[in-house]
Amino acid sequence: MLDINKIREDFPILKREVNGKPLVYFDNAATSQTPQVVIDAIVDYYSTYNANIHRGVHSLSQEATDAYEQARIKIQKHFNAAQSYEIIFTSGTTHSINLVSSGFESLINQGDEVLLSALEHHSNIVPWQMLCEKTGATLKVIPMTQSGELDMAAFAKAVTPKTKLVFVNHVSNALGTVNDIKTIIAKAHSVGAAVLIDGAQATPHIKPDVQALDVDFYVCSAHKICGPTGVGILYGKQEWLDKLPPYQGGGEMIETVTFEKTTYAGLPHKFEAGTPNICGGIATGVGLDYMNSIGFDTIATYENELLTYATEKLIAIDGLKIYGTSKEKTAVISFNVGEIHPYDIGTILDKLGIAVRTGHHCAQPIMDFYKIPGTVRASFSFYNTMEEIDIFVAGLEKAVLMLS
Amino acid sequence: MSSIQKIQEEIIDEFSMFDDWMQRYEYMIDLGKSLPLINEAYKTDDYIIKGCQSKVWVHAQMEDNKIHFTADSDAIITKGIIAILIRAFSGQSPQDIIDADTAFIDEIGLKEHLSPTRANGLVSMIKEIKLYAVAYQTQLN
Ligand SMILES: Cc1ncc(COP(=O)(O)O)c(C=O)c1O
Repeated sequence: MLDINKIREDFPILKREVNGKPLVYFDNAATSQTPQVVIDAIVDYYSTYNANIHRGVHSLSQEATDAYEQARIKIQKHFNAAQSYEIIFTSGTTHSINLVSSGFESLINQGDEVLLSALEHHSNIVPWQMLCEKTGATLKVIPMTQSGELDMAAFAKAVTPKTKLVFVNHVSNALGTVNDIKTIIAKAHSVGAAVLIDGAQATPHIKPDVQALDVDFYVCSAHKICGPTGVGILYGKQEWLDKLPPYQGGGEMIETVTFEKTTYAGLPHKFEAGTPNICGGIATGVGLDYMNSIGFDTIATYENELLTYATEKLIAIDGLKIYGTSKEKTAVISFNVGEIHPYDIGTILDKLGIAVRTGHHCAQPIMDFYKIPGTVRASFSFYNTMEEIDIFVAGLEKAVLMLS
Repeated sequence: MSSIQKIQEEIIDEFSMFDDWMQRYEYMIDLGKSLPLINEAYKTDDYIIKGCQSKVWVHAQMEDNKIHFTADSDAIITKGIIAILIRAFSGQSPQDIIDADTAFIDEIGLKEHLSPTRANGLVSMIKEIKLYAVAYQTQLN
Protein backbone atom coordinates (compact mmCIF):
# COMPACT_ATOMS: atom_id res chain seq x y z
CA MET A 1 0.00 0.00 0.00
CA LEU A 2 1.17 3.44 -0.84
CA ASP A 3 1.05 6.13 1.86
CA ILE A 4 -0.09 8.99 -0.35
CA ASN A 5 0.05 11.69 2.31
CA LYS A 6 3.61 10.81 3.18
CA ILE A 7 4.61 10.72 -0.48
CA ARG A 8 3.10 14.14 -1.17
CA GLU A 9 5.19 15.55 1.66
CA ASP A 10 8.27 14.53 -0.32
CA PHE A 11 7.42 16.92 -3.19
CA PRO A 12 7.67 20.58 -2.15
CA ILE A 13 6.16 21.85 -5.42
CA LEU A 14 2.85 20.11 -4.69
CA LYS A 15 2.20 22.68 -1.95
CA ARG A 16 2.18 25.65 -4.27
CA GLU A 17 -0.77 27.52 -5.68
CA VAL A 18 -1.39 28.46 -9.30
CA ASN A 19 -3.74 31.34 -10.11
CA GLY A 20 -4.84 31.33 -6.48
CA LYS A 21 -5.79 27.65 -6.52
CA PRO A 22 -3.91 24.62 -5.15
CA LEU A 23 -1.84 23.13 -7.96
CA VAL A 24 -3.22 19.97 -9.57
CA TYR A 25 -0.33 18.68 -11.65
CA PHE A 26 -1.54 16.30 -14.38
CA ASP A 27 1.26 16.88 -16.88
CA ASN A 28 3.48 14.11 -15.58
CA ALA A 29 4.07 12.61 -19.01
CA ALA A 30 5.86 15.84 -20.00
CA THR A 31 8.04 15.90 -16.91
CA SER A 32 7.79 14.50 -13.40
CA GLN A 33 8.12 16.57 -10.26
CA THR A 34 11.23 16.36 -8.12
CA PRO A 35 11.31 14.86 -4.62
CA GLN A 36 13.20 16.62 -1.84
CA VAL A 37 15.90 13.91 -1.73
CA VAL A 38 16.85 14.71 -5.32
CA ILE A 39 16.85 18.46 -4.66
CA ASP A 40 19.05 17.79 -1.60
CA ALA A 41 21.46 15.69 -3.66
CA ILE A 42 21.86 18.56 -6.13
CA VAL A 43 22.48 21.08 -3.33
CA ASP A 44 24.86 18.67 -1.59
CA TYR A 45 26.90 18.13 -4.75
CA TYR A 46 27.46 21.85 -5.35
CA SER A 47 27.89 22.58 -1.63
CA THR A 48 30.41 19.89 -0.76
CA TYR A 49 32.14 18.00 -3.59
CA ASN A 50 31.77 19.81 -6.92
CA ALA A 51 34.79 18.84 -9.05
CA ASN A 52 35.57 17.55 -12.52
CA ILE A 53 35.61 13.79 -12.81
CA HIS A 54 37.98 11.15 -14.19
CA ARG A 55 40.76 13.72 -14.24
CA GLY A 56 42.02 14.84 -10.84
CA VAL A 57 44.11 13.12 -8.24
CA HIS A 58 42.63 15.35 -5.57
CA SER A 59 39.99 14.22 -3.11
CA LEU A 60 37.04 16.22 -4.43
CA SER A 61 37.56 14.87 -7.91
CA GLN A 62 37.72 11.33 -6.51
CA GLU A 63 34.52 11.81 -4.54
CA ALA A 64 32.68 13.26 -7.53
CA THR A 65 33.96 10.48 -9.81
CA ASP A 66 32.91 7.81 -7.30
CA ALA A 67 29.42 9.27 -6.91
CA TYR A 68 28.98 9.57 -10.68
CA GLU A 69 30.13 5.99 -11.30
CA GLN A 70 27.95 4.76 -8.42
CA ALA A 71 24.99 6.37 -10.17
CA ARG A 72 25.88 4.46 -13.32
CA ILE A 73 25.87 1.23 -11.33
CA LYS A 74 22.48 2.08 -9.77
CA ILE A 75 21.11 2.59 -13.28
CA GLN A 76 22.70 -0.66 -14.45
CA LYS A 77 21.03 -2.55 -11.58
CA HIS A 78 17.70 -0.82 -12.17
CA PHE A 79 17.60 -1.91 -15.80
CA ASN A 80 19.39 -5.20 -15.09
CA ALA A 81 22.10 -4.46 -17.67
CA ALA A 82 24.90 -7.04 -17.79
CA GLN A 83 27.67 -4.43 -17.45
CA SER A 84 27.82 -0.91 -16.03
CA TYR A 85 29.70 0.30 -19.13
CA GLU A 86 26.63 -0.56 -21.19
CA ILE A 87 24.98 2.47 -19.54
CA ILE A 88 25.88 5.71 -21.34
CA PHE A 89 24.95 9.09 -19.87
CA THR A 90 23.44 11.49 -22.41
CA SER A 91 21.45 14.72 -22.16
CA GLY A 92 18.07 13.09 -22.74
CA THR A 93 16.08 10.59 -24.80
CA THR A 94 16.48 12.77 -27.88
CA HIS A 95 20.26 12.82 -27.50
CA SER A 96 20.35 9.05 -26.89
CA ILE A 97 18.41 8.39 -30.09
CA ASN A 98 20.60 10.74 -32.13
CA LEU A 99 23.72 9.05 -30.80
CA VAL A 100 22.48 5.68 -32.05
CA SER A 101 20.99 6.92 -35.33
CA SER A 102 24.17 8.76 -36.32
CA GLY A 103 26.22 5.69 -35.40
CA PHE A 104 24.15 3.63 -37.79
CA GLU A 105 25.15 5.82 -40.73
CA SER A 106 28.17 3.58 -41.22
CA LEU A 107 26.18 0.36 -40.71
CA ILE A 108 23.21 0.97 -43.03
CA ASN A 109 23.21 0.93 -46.81
CA GLN A 110 21.00 1.82 -49.70
CA GLY A 111 18.28 -0.80 -50.08
CA ASP A 112 18.16 -1.56 -46.36
CA GLU A 113 14.91 -0.98 -44.52
CA VAL A 114 14.27 0.55 -41.13
CA LEU A 115 10.95 0.10 -39.42
CA LEU A 116 9.26 2.50 -37.02
CA SER A 117 5.83 2.54 -35.44
CA ALA A 118 2.95 4.91 -36.15
CA LEU A 119 2.93 5.82 -32.46
CA GLU A 120 6.33 7.49 -32.27
CA HIS A 121 7.28 10.82 -30.71
CA HIS A 122 8.94 13.22 -33.17
CA SER A 123 12.22 12.50 -31.34
CA ASN A 124 12.01 8.92 -32.52
CA ILE A 125 11.06 9.82 -36.11
CA VAL A 126 13.19 12.72 -37.27
CA PRO A 127 16.69 11.31 -36.48
CA TRP A 128 15.84 8.15 -38.46
CA GLN A 129 14.46 10.15 -41.37
CA MET A 130 17.78 11.97 -41.43
CA LEU A 131 19.60 8.62 -41.34
CA CYS A 132 17.54 7.37 -44.30
CA GLU A 133 18.17 10.56 -46.27
CA LYS A 134 21.91 10.18 -45.78
CA THR A 135 22.15 6.47 -46.48
CA GLY A 136 19.37 5.86 -49.00
CA ALA A 137 17.69 3.34 -46.71
CA THR A 138 13.88 3.11 -46.71
CA LEU A 139 11.69 4.07 -43.74
CA LYS A 140 8.65 1.85 -43.24
CA VAL A 141 5.82 2.43 -40.78
CA ILE A 142 4.09 -0.17 -38.58
CA PRO A 143 0.43 0.93 -38.73
CA MET A 144 -1.85 1.48 -35.73
CA THR A 145 -5.47 0.58 -35.08
CA GLN A 146 -8.38 2.77 -33.92
CA SER A 147 -7.79 1.80 -30.29
CA GLY A 148 -4.22 3.09 -30.54
CA GLU A 149 -2.50 -0.29 -30.61
CA LEU A 150 0.10 -1.40 -33.11
CA ASP A 151 -1.12 -3.72 -35.85
CA MET A 152 1.06 -6.69 -34.97
CA ALA A 153 0.02 -8.74 -38.01
CA ALA A 154 1.11 -5.89 -40.28
CA PHE A 155 4.33 -5.63 -38.30
CA ALA A 156 5.11 -9.33 -38.75
CA LYS A 157 4.62 -8.94 -42.52
CA ALA A 158 6.78 -5.81 -42.70
CA VAL A 159 9.82 -7.56 -41.19
CA THR A 160 11.96 -8.98 -44.01
CA PRO A 161 15.61 -9.91 -44.48
CA LYS A 162 16.11 -6.31 -45.66
CA THR A 163 15.09 -4.97 -42.22
CA LYS A 164 18.16 -3.70 -40.39
CA LEU A 165 16.68 -1.65 -37.57
CA VAL A 166 13.38 -1.42 -35.70
CA PHE A 167 12.51 1.41 -33.33
CA VAL A 168 9.36 1.57 -31.29
CA ASN A 169 8.35 3.23 -28.06
CA HIS A 170 7.67 1.06 -25.06
CA VAL A 171 4.74 3.34 -24.17
CA SER A 172 3.16 5.98 -26.43
CA ASN A 173 3.33 9.49 -24.97
CA ALA A 174 0.19 10.71 -26.71
CA LEU A 175 -2.06 7.73 -25.93
CA GLY A 176 -0.43 5.71 -23.14
CA THR A 177 -0.48 2.45 -25.15
CA VAL A 178 1.93 -0.15 -23.78
CA ASN A 179 3.44 -1.89 -26.80
CA ASP A 180 4.27 -5.58 -26.89
CA ILE A 181 7.98 -4.93 -27.24
CA LYS A 182 9.00 -8.47 -26.30
CA THR A 183 7.28 -9.86 -29.41
CA ILE A 184 8.64 -6.99 -31.54
CA ILE A 185 12.21 -7.61 -30.38
CA ALA A 186 12.03 -11.37 -30.94
CA LYS A 187 10.60 -10.94 -34.44
CA ALA A 188 13.19 -8.32 -35.39
CA HIS A 189 16.01 -10.54 -34.12
CA SER A 190 14.76 -13.41 -36.25
CA VAL A 191 16.03 -11.47 -39.29
CA GLY A 192 19.09 -10.05 -37.52
CA ALA A 193 17.72 -6.51 -37.14
CA ALA A 194 18.70 -4.34 -34.19
CA VAL A 195 15.97 -2.87 -31.97
CA LEU A 196 15.89 0.48 -30.17
CA ILE A 197 13.14 0.95 -27.61
CA ASP A 198 12.20 4.50 -26.60
CA GLY A 199 11.41 4.07 -22.92
CA ALA A 200 10.80 7.76 -22.13
CA GLN A 201 7.15 7.13 -21.21
CA ALA A 202 7.53 3.61 -19.87
CA THR A 203 10.25 4.18 -17.27
CA PRO A 204 8.05 6.33 -14.97
CA HIS A 205 5.68 3.36 -14.57
CA ILE A 206 7.52 0.15 -15.46
CA LYS A 207 10.90 -1.30 -14.47
CA PRO A 208 12.27 -2.83 -17.67
CA ASP A 209 14.70 -5.77 -17.60
CA VAL A 210 16.90 -5.22 -20.64
CA GLN A 211 18.40 -8.70 -20.53
CA ALA A 212 15.06 -10.47 -20.26
CA LEU A 213 13.77 -8.30 -23.12
CA ASP A 214 16.99 -9.00 -25.06
CA VAL A 215 16.74 -5.42 -26.35
CA ASP A 216 19.70 -3.88 -28.21
CA PHE A 217 19.16 -0.26 -27.18
CA TYR A 218 16.85 1.16 -24.52
CA VAL A 219 16.68 4.94 -24.00
CA CYS A 220 14.97 7.30 -21.55
CA SER A 221 15.10 10.73 -19.84
CA ALA A 222 15.89 11.36 -16.15
CA HIS A 223 13.42 14.24 -15.93
CA LYS A 224 10.46 11.88 -16.31
CA ILE A 225 11.63 9.60 -13.48
CA CYS A 226 11.96 12.10 -10.63
CA GLY A 227 15.42 13.18 -11.79
CA PRO A 228 16.70 16.50 -13.18
CA THR A 229 16.39 17.83 -16.74
CA GLY A 230 19.37 17.55 -19.05
CA VAL A 231 20.22 13.92 -18.29
CA GLY A 232 19.39 10.92 -20.42
CA ILE A 233 20.18 7.25 -20.32
CA LEU A 234 21.26 5.06 -23.20
CA TYR A 235 21.50 1.35 -22.56
CA GLY A 236 23.24 -0.47 -25.38
CA LYS A 237 24.28 -4.10 -25.64
CA GLN A 238 28.05 -4.25 -25.62
CA GLU A 239 28.28 -5.89 -29.04
CA TRP A 240 26.31 -3.00 -30.57
CA LEU A 241 28.09 -0.25 -28.66
CA ASP A 242 31.39 -1.71 -29.86
CA LYS A 243 30.17 -1.57 -33.47
CA LEU A 244 29.02 2.05 -33.33
CA PRO A 245 31.64 4.75 -33.99
CA PRO A 246 32.07 7.57 -31.41
CA TYR A 247 29.42 10.27 -31.63
CA GLN A 248 31.37 13.40 -30.69
CA GLY A 249 35.08 14.03 -30.36
CA GLY A 250 36.71 15.70 -27.39
CA GLY A 251 38.11 15.14 -23.95
CA GLU A 252 37.11 12.11 -21.83
CA MET A 253 36.52 9.93 -24.90
CA ILE A 254 40.14 9.39 -25.91
CA GLU A 255 42.92 7.06 -24.94
CA THR A 256 45.85 8.77 -26.67
CA VAL A 257 45.91 11.79 -28.94
CA THR A 258 48.65 12.77 -31.38
CA PHE A 259 48.14 14.93 -34.44
CA GLU A 260 48.55 11.84 -36.59
CA LYS A 261 46.11 9.58 -34.80
CA THR A 262 43.80 9.34 -31.81
CA THR A 263 42.79 6.08 -30.21
CA TYR A 264 39.43 6.07 -28.50
CA ALA A 265 38.72 5.16 -24.94
CA GLY A 266 36.68 2.06 -24.20
CA LEU A 267 33.04 1.96 -23.11
CA PRO A 268 31.32 3.97 -21.76
CA HIS A 269 33.77 6.87 -22.23
CA LYS A 270 33.88 6.49 -26.00
CA PHE A 271 30.39 8.05 -26.10
CA GLU A 272 30.86 10.59 -23.30
CA ALA A 273 33.01 13.34 -24.79
CA GLY A 274 33.61 16.41 -22.63
CA THR A 275 32.62 17.18 -19.05
CA PRO A 276 29.24 15.54 -18.46
CA ASN A 277 26.33 16.69 -16.32
CA ILE A 278 28.00 15.26 -13.21
CA CYS A 279 25.52 16.57 -10.68
CA GLY A 280 22.61 15.53 -12.92
CA GLY A 281 23.92 11.99 -13.27
CA ILE A 282 24.29 11.63 -9.51
CA ALA A 283 20.80 13.09 -8.92
CA THR A 284 19.36 10.66 -11.49
CA GLY A 285 20.59 7.77 -9.35
CA VAL A 286 18.96 9.32 -6.28
CA GLY A 287 15.66 9.70 -8.16
CA LEU A 288 15.70 6.03 -9.17
CA ASP A 289 16.49 5.03 -5.57
CA TYR A 290 13.52 7.08 -4.45
CA MET A 291 11.15 5.41 -6.92
CA ASN A 292 12.49 1.97 -6.06
CA SER A 293 11.99 2.65 -2.36
CA ILE A 294 8.27 3.01 -3.12
CA GLY A 295 8.42 0.09 -5.53
CA PHE A 296 7.37 -0.07 -9.16
CA ASP A 297 4.69 -2.69 -8.48
CA THR A 298 3.12 -0.43 -5.86
CA ILE A 299 3.38 2.52 -8.23
CA ALA A 300 1.76 0.60 -11.10
CA THR A 301 -1.11 -0.68 -8.95
CA TYR A 302 -1.90 2.77 -7.55
CA GLU A 303 -1.61 4.56 -10.89
CA ASN A 304 -3.92 2.00 -12.43
CA GLU A 305 -6.52 2.82 -9.77
CA LEU A 306 -6.16 6.52 -10.65
CA LEU A 307 -6.54 5.70 -14.34
CA THR A 308 -9.64 3.56 -13.83
CA TYR A 309 -11.29 6.14 -11.58
CA ALA A 310 -10.53 9.06 -13.92
CA THR A 311 -11.63 7.13 -17.01
CA GLU A 312 -14.99 6.26 -15.44
CA LYS A 313 -15.63 9.85 -14.42
CA LEU A 314 -14.55 11.29 -17.77
CA ILE A 315 -16.62 9.03 -20.01
CA ALA A 316 -19.70 10.21 -18.10
CA ILE A 317 -19.17 13.70 -19.59
CA ASP A 318 -21.39 14.34 -22.59
CA GLY A 319 -19.47 14.44 -25.88
CA LEU A 320 -16.16 13.39 -24.36
CA LYS A 321 -14.09 11.04 -26.51
CA ILE A 322 -10.97 9.27 -25.29
CA TYR A 323 -8.20 8.55 -27.81
CA GLY A 324 -6.13 5.48 -26.97
CA THR A 325 -8.16 2.67 -25.48
CA SER A 326 -5.69 -0.17 -25.68
CA LYS A 327 -6.04 -2.99 -23.18
CA GLU A 328 -2.68 -2.21 -21.65
CA LYS A 329 -2.05 1.44 -21.02
CA THR A 330 -0.29 3.66 -18.52
CA ALA A 331 -2.00 6.41 -16.52
CA VAL A 332 -2.54 8.74 -19.47
CA ILE A 333 -5.87 9.96 -20.84
CA SER A 334 -5.95 11.84 -24.13
CA PHE A 335 -9.36 13.28 -24.99
CA ASN A 336 -11.49 15.91 -26.65
CA VAL A 337 -14.96 17.17 -25.77
CA GLY A 338 -17.26 17.74 -28.75
CA GLU A 339 -15.88 20.36 -31.09
CA ILE A 340 -14.15 22.35 -28.35
CA HIS A 341 -10.53 23.19 -29.13
CA PRO A 342 -8.09 21.51 -26.69
CA TYR A 343 -6.27 24.83 -26.25
CA ASP A 344 -9.44 26.45 -24.89
CA ILE A 345 -9.97 23.67 -22.36
CA GLY A 346 -6.33 23.84 -21.27
CA THR A 347 -6.58 27.62 -20.80
CA ILE A 348 -9.63 27.41 -18.54
CA LEU A 349 -8.16 24.49 -16.55
CA ASP A 350 -4.98 26.51 -16.00
CA LYS A 351 -7.08 29.31 -14.53
CA LEU A 352 -8.35 26.72 -12.06
CA GLY A 353 -4.81 25.66 -11.10
CA ILE A 354 -4.95 22.43 -13.13
CA ALA A 355 -1.96 21.65 -15.36
CA VAL A 356 -2.64 19.45 -18.39
CA ARG A 357 -0.98 19.24 -21.77
CA THR A 358 -2.82 20.27 -24.91
CA GLY A 359 -1.82 19.99 -28.55
CA HIS A 360 -0.32 17.30 -30.72
CA HIS A 361 2.11 16.04 -28.05
CA CYS A 362 4.98 15.88 -30.55
CA ALA A 363 3.19 13.02 -32.27
CA GLN A 364 1.54 14.66 -35.29
CA PRO A 365 1.17 11.40 -37.22
CA ILE A 366 -1.17 10.10 -34.48
CA MET A 367 -3.28 13.27 -34.64
CA ASP A 368 -3.43 12.94 -38.44
CA PHE A 369 -4.56 9.33 -38.01
CA TYR A 370 -7.52 10.45 -35.89
CA LYS A 371 -8.00 13.58 -38.07
CA ILE A 372 -7.87 15.96 -35.08
CA PRO A 373 -5.65 18.99 -34.41
CA GLY A 374 -4.73 17.73 -30.97
CA THR A 375 -6.09 16.53 -27.66
CA VAL A 376 -6.16 17.42 -24.00
CA ARG A 377 -3.88 15.01 -22.15
CA ALA A 378 -4.10 14.33 -18.43
CA SER A 379 -1.26 12.13 -17.19
CA PHE A 380 -1.06 10.87 -13.62
CA SER A 381 1.75 9.99 -11.30
CA PHE A 382 1.98 8.07 -8.03
CA TYR A 383 1.82 11.34 -6.08
CA ASN A 384 -1.57 12.32 -7.51
CA THR A 385 -4.81 11.64 -5.65
CA MET A 386 -8.42 10.69 -6.28
CA GLU A 387 -9.44 14.09 -4.84
CA GLU A 388 -7.32 15.81 -7.49
CA ILE A 389 -9.18 13.82 -10.14
CA ASP A 390 -12.47 15.09 -8.68
CA ILE A 391 -11.17 18.68 -8.85
CA PHE A 392 -10.03 18.11 -12.44
CA VAL A 393 -13.36 16.62 -13.53
CA ALA A 394 -15.31 19.45 -11.89
CA GLY A 395 -12.98 21.96 -13.57
CA LEU A 396 -13.44 20.26 -16.91
CA GLU A 397 -17.23 20.36 -16.55
CA LYS A 398 -17.00 24.08 -15.79
CA ALA A 399 -14.75 24.64 -18.84
CA VAL A 400 -17.11 22.72 -21.10
CA LEU A 401 -20.06 24.75 -19.85
CA MET A 402 -18.23 28.01 -20.54
CA LEU A 403 -17.00 26.94 -23.96
CA SER A 404 -20.12 25.26 -25.36
CA MET B 1 -5.43 61.09 -27.71
CA SER B 2 -5.42 59.01 -30.91
CA SER B 3 -8.54 57.11 -31.74
CA ILE B 4 -6.74 53.81 -31.05
CA GLN B 5 -6.02 54.99 -27.53
CA LYS B 6 -9.66 56.05 -27.10
CA ILE B 7 -10.90 52.62 -28.11
CA GLN B 8 -8.41 50.99 -25.77
CA GLU B 9 -9.69 53.14 -22.90
CA GLU B 10 -13.24 52.04 -23.72
CA ILE B 11 -12.21 48.40 -23.66
CA ILE B 12 -10.46 48.87 -20.31
CA ASP B 13 -13.65 50.50 -18.97
CA GLU B 14 -15.78 47.61 -20.15
CA PHE B 15 -13.50 45.03 -18.56
CA SER B 16 -13.34 46.93 -15.28
CA MET B 17 -16.96 45.95 -14.70
CA PHE B 18 -16.02 42.31 -14.25
CA ASP B 19 -14.90 41.22 -10.80
CA ASP B 20 -13.29 37.92 -11.62
CA TRP B 21 -11.55 36.01 -14.36
CA MET B 22 -14.60 33.84 -15.09
CA GLN B 23 -16.67 36.83 -16.12
CA ARG B 24 -13.82 38.19 -18.24
CA TYR B 25 -13.39 34.87 -19.98
CA GLU B 26 -17.11 34.40 -20.50
CA TYR B 27 -17.22 37.82 -22.15
CA MET B 28 -14.30 36.96 -24.38
CA ILE B 29 -15.83 33.65 -25.33
CA ASP B 30 -19.03 35.51 -26.26
CA LEU B 31 -17.03 37.95 -28.36
CA GLY B 32 -15.32 35.01 -29.99
CA LYS B 33 -18.62 33.30 -30.78
CA SER B 34 -20.55 36.30 -32.03
CA LEU B 35 -18.08 37.69 -34.52
CA PRO B 36 -17.76 36.31 -38.01
CA LEU B 37 -14.32 37.75 -38.39
CA ILE B 38 -12.93 36.76 -41.74
CA ASN B 39 -14.15 35.95 -45.19
CA GLU B 40 -13.87 32.15 -45.54
CA ALA B 41 -11.93 32.75 -48.77
CA TYR B 42 -9.04 34.07 -46.70
CA LYS B 43 -8.94 31.10 -44.34
CA THR B 44 -6.21 29.50 -46.37
CA ASP B 45 -2.58 28.72 -45.77
CA ASP B 46 -1.62 32.03 -47.42
CA TYR B 47 -3.10 33.94 -44.50
CA ILE B 48 -2.32 31.56 -41.67
CA ILE B 49 -0.11 32.31 -38.71
CA LYS B 50 1.08 29.09 -37.20
CA GLY B 51 0.89 29.32 -33.43
CA CYS B 52 1.56 25.62 -32.97
CA GLN B 53 -1.64 24.94 -30.99
CA SER B 54 -4.28 27.33 -32.19
CA LYS B 55 -4.28 28.63 -35.73
CA VAL B 56 -4.80 32.30 -36.55
CA TRP B 57 -5.66 33.79 -39.94
CA VAL B 58 -5.22 37.51 -40.68
CA HIS B 59 -6.24 39.52 -43.74
CA ALA B 60 -5.62 43.24 -44.33
CA GLN B 61 -6.94 45.69 -46.88
CA MET B 62 -6.39 49.42 -47.33
CA GLU B 63 -9.37 51.70 -47.98
CA ASP B 64 -9.30 55.52 -47.79
CA ASN B 65 -5.85 55.35 -46.17
CA LYS B 66 -7.15 53.18 -43.33
CA ILE B 67 -6.28 49.53 -42.84
CA HIS B 68 -9.15 47.10 -42.35
CA PHE B 69 -8.25 43.86 -40.64
CA THR B 70 -10.23 40.67 -40.48
CA ALA B 71 -9.04 37.58 -38.65
CA ASP B 72 -10.10 34.29 -37.17
CA SER B 73 -8.87 31.39 -35.06
CA ASP B 74 -9.90 27.80 -34.49
CA ALA B 75 -9.74 28.30 -30.68
CA ILE B 76 -12.54 30.38 -29.21
CA ILE B 77 -10.57 32.18 -26.48
CA THR B 78 -7.95 33.17 -29.02
CA LYS B 79 -10.78 34.38 -31.25
CA GLY B 80 -12.16 36.51 -28.43
CA ILE B 81 -8.83 38.27 -28.00
CA ILE B 82 -8.60 38.71 -31.75
CA ALA B 83 -11.99 40.43 -31.65
CA ILE B 84 -10.58 42.87 -29.09
CA LEU B 85 -7.43 43.52 -31.10
CA ILE B 86 -9.41 44.05 -34.28
CA ARG B 87 -11.66 46.53 -32.52
CA ALA B 88 -8.56 48.48 -31.43
CA PHE B 89 -6.60 48.39 -34.67
CA SER B 90 -8.98 47.98 -37.61
CA GLY B 91 -10.04 51.10 -39.50
CA GLN B 92 -7.00 53.05 -38.30
CA SER B 93 -4.25 54.78 -40.23
CA PRO B 94 -0.98 52.90 -40.77
CA GLN B 95 1.00 55.45 -38.75
CA ASP B 96 -1.35 55.22 -35.76
CA ILE B 97 -1.07 51.41 -35.84
CA ILE B 98 2.72 51.62 -35.99
CA ASP B 99 2.75 53.95 -32.97
CA ALA B 100 0.19 52.05 -30.89
CA ASP B 101 1.12 49.66 -28.12
CA THR B 102 -0.75 46.71 -26.64
CA ALA B 103 -0.35 47.53 -22.95
CA PHE B 104 -4.13 47.68 -22.58
CA ILE B 105 -4.18 43.87 -22.84
CA ASP B 106 -2.31 43.81 -19.51
CA GLU B 107 -4.82 46.13 -17.97
CA ILE B 108 -7.78 43.98 -18.88
CA GLY B 109 -6.12 40.96 -17.26
CA LEU B 110 -5.25 39.03 -20.40
CA LYS B 111 -1.53 39.58 -20.32
CA GLU B 112 -0.67 35.89 -20.27
CA HIS B 113 -2.24 35.43 -23.69
CA LEU B 114 0.23 37.81 -25.28
CA SER B 115 3.27 36.24 -23.71
CA PRO B 116 5.74 35.17 -26.40
CA THR B 117 5.86 31.67 -24.90
CA ARG B 118 2.15 31.04 -25.46
CA ALA B 119 1.68 28.84 -28.46
CA ASN B 120 -1.51 30.59 -29.58
CA GLY B 121 -0.37 32.73 -32.50
CA LEU B 122 -1.43 36.06 -30.96
CA VAL B 123 2.06 37.51 -30.62
CA SER B 124 2.69 36.70 -34.26
CA MET B 125 -0.67 38.21 -35.13
CA ILE B 126 0.25 41.55 -33.57
CA LYS B 127 3.58 41.45 -35.38
CA GLU B 128 1.68 40.78 -38.59
CA ILE B 129 -0.66 43.72 -37.94
CA LYS B 130 2.34 45.99 -37.41
CA LEU B 131 4.08 44.67 -40.51
CA TYR B 132 1.00 45.36 -42.63
CA ALA B 133 0.95 48.89 -41.19
CA VAL B 134 4.62 49.45 -42.04
CA ALA B 135 4.09 48.10 -45.55
CA TYR B 136 1.03 50.31 -46.21
CA GLN B 137 2.79 53.33 -44.68
CA THR B 138 5.63 52.84 -47.16
CA GLN B 139 3.05 52.91 -49.98
CA LEU B 140 1.67 56.20 -48.67
CA ASN B 141 5.07 57.90 -48.42
C1 LIG C 1 8.02 8.81 -26.10
C2 LIG C 1 8.97 9.96 -25.99
N1 LIG C 1 10.12 9.94 -26.68
C3 LIG C 1 11.01 10.94 -26.60
C4 LIG C 1 10.77 12.05 -25.81
C5 LIG C 1 11.79 13.16 -25.79
O1 LIG C 1 12.40 13.24 -24.55
P1 LIG C 1 13.43 14.42 -24.22
O2 LIG C 1 12.74 15.67 -24.63
O3 LIG C 1 13.64 14.32 -22.75
O4 LIG C 1 14.67 14.17 -25.01
C6 LIG C 1 9.60 12.13 -25.07
C7 LIG C 1 9.31 13.32 -24.24
O5 LIG C 1 8.21 13.81 -24.14
C8 LIG C 1 8.68 11.06 -25.17
O6 LIG C 1 7.52 11.11 -24.50
